[in-house]
Amino acid sequence: MKAYLMHADRDFDAGQEFPPGVEALASDLELNTLLNAMADGDEFLRDVASTALVCGVTDPETITYRQQVLRDCLAQPAVVRDIYEIAVRAILAEKRIWWGLMAKDPEPILRRSAQVLQLFVTALKVLRRVTDTHAGEFGSPGFRRFFAMIAEELSDDYFGIVDSHLKRLKFAGGVLVSAGLGEGNAGTGYVLRTPRDRRRGLAEVIGVGNRSAYTITISDRDEAGHAALSDLHGRGINHVANALAQSVDHILSFFRLLRTELAFYIGALNAHGRLADLGEPACFPVPVPQAEAALQATGLYDPCLALAAETAVVGNDVDTDGRPLVIITGANQGGKSTFLRSVGLAQLMMQSGMFVAATALRASVGPGVFTHYKREEDATMTSGKLDEELARMSDITGHITPGSLLLCNESFASTNEREGSQIAREIVRALLGARIRVFFVTHLHDLARGFYADPTSHALFLRAQRQPDGRRTFRLAEGEPLPTSHGQDVYQEVFGGP
Amino acid sequence: MPQAFRSVLFGDTPAPAGLDSRPEPAFFHDLNLDQVTESVTVALGDYQLKPFFYAPLDDPDAVRYRHEVFRDLDGTAVAERVTAFAAGMRRMRQHLATAQQLHHPLQQQRWFLEAVAAYCDATARLARDLDGTAVTSRGLREFRAYLAGYVRSDGFTSLAAENAELLRELSGIRYCLHIKGNRIRVRRYDAEDDYGREVLAVFEKFRQAAVKDYRIRFHAHQDMNHVEADVLRLVAKLYPDVFAAVASYCDARRGYLDDVIARFDREVQFYLGYLAYIRPIRAAGLEFCYPAVSARSRHVHASATFDLALAAKLADDGAPVVTNDFRLDGAERILVVTGPNQGGKTTLARTFGQLHHLARLGCPVPGRDAALFLCDEVFTHFEKEEDLATLSGKLRDDLVRFRGILDRATARSVIVMNEIFTSTTLDDALFLGQEMLEKIIGIGALGVCVTFLDELATLDAACVSMVATVAADNPAERTYQVVRKPADGLAYAIAIAAKYGLTYDQLRGRVRS
Repeated sequence: MKAYLMHADRDFDAGQEFPPGVEALASDLELNTLLNAMADGDEFLRDVASTALVCGVTDPETITYRQQVLRDCLAQPAVVRDIYEIAVRAILAEKRIWWGLMAKDPEPILRRSAQVLQLFVTALKVLRRVTDTHAGEFGSPGFRRFFAMIAEELSDDYFGIVDSHLKRLKFAGGVLVSAGLGEGNAGTGYVLRTPRDRRRGLAEVIGVGNRSAYTITISDRDEAGHAALSDLHGRGINHVANALAQSVDHILSFFRLLRTELAFYIGALNAHGRLADLGEPACFPVPVPQAEAALQATGLYDPCLALAAETAVVGNDVDTDGRPLVIITGANQGGKSTFLRSVGLAQLMMQSGMFVAATALRASVGPGVFTHYKREEDATMTSGKLDEELARMSDITGHITPGSLLLCNESFASTNEREGSQIAREIVRALLGARIRVFFVTHLHDLARGFYADPTSHALFLRAQRQPDGRRTFRLAEGEPLPTSHGQDVYQEVFGGP
Repeated sequence: MPQAFRSVLFGDTPAPAGLDSRPEPAFFHDLNLDQVTESVTVALGDYQLKPFFYAPLDDPDAVRYRHEVFRDLDGTAVAERVTAFAAGMRRMRQHLATAQQLHHPLQQQRWFLEAVAAYCDATARLARDLDGTAVTSRGLREFRAYLAGYVRSDGFTSLAAENAELLRELSGIRYCLHIKGNRIRVRRYDAEDDYGREVLAVFEKFRQAAVKDYRIRFHAHQDMNHVEADVLRLVAKLYPDVFAAVASYCDARRGYLDDVIARFDREVQFYLGYLAYIRPIRAAGLEFCYPAVSARSRHVHASATFDLALAAKLADDGAPVVTNDFRLDGAERILVVTGPNQGGKTTLARTFGQLHHLARLGCPVPGRDAALFLCDEVFTHFEKEEDLATLSGKLRDDLVRFRGILDRATARSVIVMNEIFTSTTLDDALFLGQEMLEKIIGIGALGVCVTFLDELATLDAACVSMVATVAADNPAERTYQVVRKPADGLAYAIAIAAKYGLTYDQLRGRVRS
């Protein structure tokens, strides 16, 4: 039995390795703010959400599959949270049943496993009831498959068989064990056997039947003999105890998987609720193949900014129209960094199967998102800063693959403009040649102007706007790079002016 | 009758008398050959191989006899087969030892059967394997012929066939225990179903990825408790014919082990152990060769050679090993090695000694190619670690040891001297060094002399000067290259001056006149 709510045909791997550069990515995109909204105080939700976000999927089919499941969740939040709770409670209940002292005896393993199974069976029966009541209200392929599986696998007949085994495993009539002669003629290959039929079983019990049989009776005072007897008994039930304990583990991992896969959607529900409370829009994006290099969005905003500021924020419209390079210039504090974050977050959210923070969005999938941001710290070590930047870029180029998205924010501003521009130009050209999409926020006019003047560069130029009175709109619009940025304006705004 | 065969180490020659009680030769420690021997034999303890490393050969043909066997075993095909045979023989010995420790006859008999099975298996398989394998050495060809006859003999074939049949019958026995309360009923098994499988099938639908194994590890105590022994006794009563046949076989086959095969099993480990020891060194890119070994020619040489013990350690650490060449031509007899400390001088001296001992063991030696002298004895004179309070006492001790060497050394000996007379005055050291060297030259022995005295390098036509070198651009860096060139104690000083731009030429260029 599988949950299969994240993939149509396989489990979600919550323990998968994060892609390289993920620490920088998370901090540059302020991913924590989004994760906190999804977690709503629950560390488990947070862990699953972060894995789903940074380890996104690249095929549009899986993205659509998750979007459909999430639409069901948005329509039936109470039922989905109920199922999540069933899984959580089953997992907790198992934890509370003590293992006993782990002696060299399978007996306690057998007893404990039977006890846990009893609990799990109860939980599974509840799950069946929820299925019977609500399955009809769900339309996504993911949930429809899930409910059909529950109905089929967990039939009343099946529960009857399980109950009868749980009874039989108490071994009221003793145990029947077969063995052979192994090393040094010692008994080996102990296998617990089902007595052939009731009459034979009874014959075993009362000691009649097959004439060529011999009996050993251990006297009450023979302690070593009783230890040996219990050792034989243990060898006999060892395999069954193991089978039972492993069955417990399998059912437990079913509940864990169910919990894990639902956790992503619960997280998405939480974040969706928070944004809705702020009056912010959310939409299901349209994922398109990597080759299109598309990003077409209206009202694209930074959900982390909205969540942190607890207010609706300005969105942007953008259409790269297949151009792999976007260069963003313009006024300080004009919304460039916010825009860059909104692009990165939308990419991650889309590829996790979530909604995105926009009124509409259509974008290419890609194998990875990387960030190269100017680091504010250790500003005093100017001589080492360029080294540090180059080292980070070298790291990225070691891992980035075609179709990936690279977000650069004021990269190579740690040296003079000519040098920085030259370095950046070489790098960007090489990356474009490798079919990597680059969004570059920069004050390096030499860099921006160079690409602008080059008709073969196929770049989109966006500029942070300011109104004639000098105020920022926090909106970006297409526009050629201008030689000055507007630091003076900010200065004026902060320190006041004439 | 199988063809006669004696020894894969000594051919038809009887092994040296008292071989197994030989002590470690005096020079082993100084040349670090004790480390080599220890490493070779540590995993092969039960074969008692060390005496073979202490017993040199004195006939070039006996050396070639071993070279041939080494070459046969120095590839995967033959070595793997012999190794498999050895593993079988080791299992056999373990089974016999187990049988001896046990008390229940029904158990002892089973272990004896297993021991014979391991022996028959290993022997028959080796015969089969060698039959289809190209071997060219006298040693292995003759052993193969012996083995082929042995495994065809009636004694062996019946030993194996009866053994297999008895084991087959024993392992076919199945019985059932019904345990309830304090009673165990024992009877034959009657094809009842596996209940564990039933349980697994019920919960199969929940199967996810692999899970933990909860089976308790029940230790297979080789000695049974009395309940197990009772059960076994009753199982024997359920199957009386099988157990009677086993008992009479064990009685009749006590002396099954063939002496020639047992001896081969031990002796061939000398070859396999040494080859296993040098394998990682070779993997690190270093070469070994079969030296031309002569009892007459003193024109010895080796190229790309190295200290075996040191290379084993460095290869283990993944560190690079520097190789060196040496050569004695015409009247040359002694390598006089000078140069900076820690420059590889002692290592070269050890290498020279090691190669000559390994050569007379018939082993492949470190180096790309080599010609070595089949010496009668190796002597070493290394400075003793313990530093006596009085210098005169130490000097005396040194000379006494020297005297002992000179008394025993012959024109066929190899003498290795390392940093002698360092704790005396320069004049004394020079005087004594020249005296000692002249005596050795007088005897006509081959040798190496590591010294700080440049003068010794030109003492006599028998001396060859070799110098440990440093990197030209950084005199602090040792190259561990020891090359044949005139001794020049000033070279190091000039190099270190160059680093600071203070040579004559540099100063002329920099300082404006």
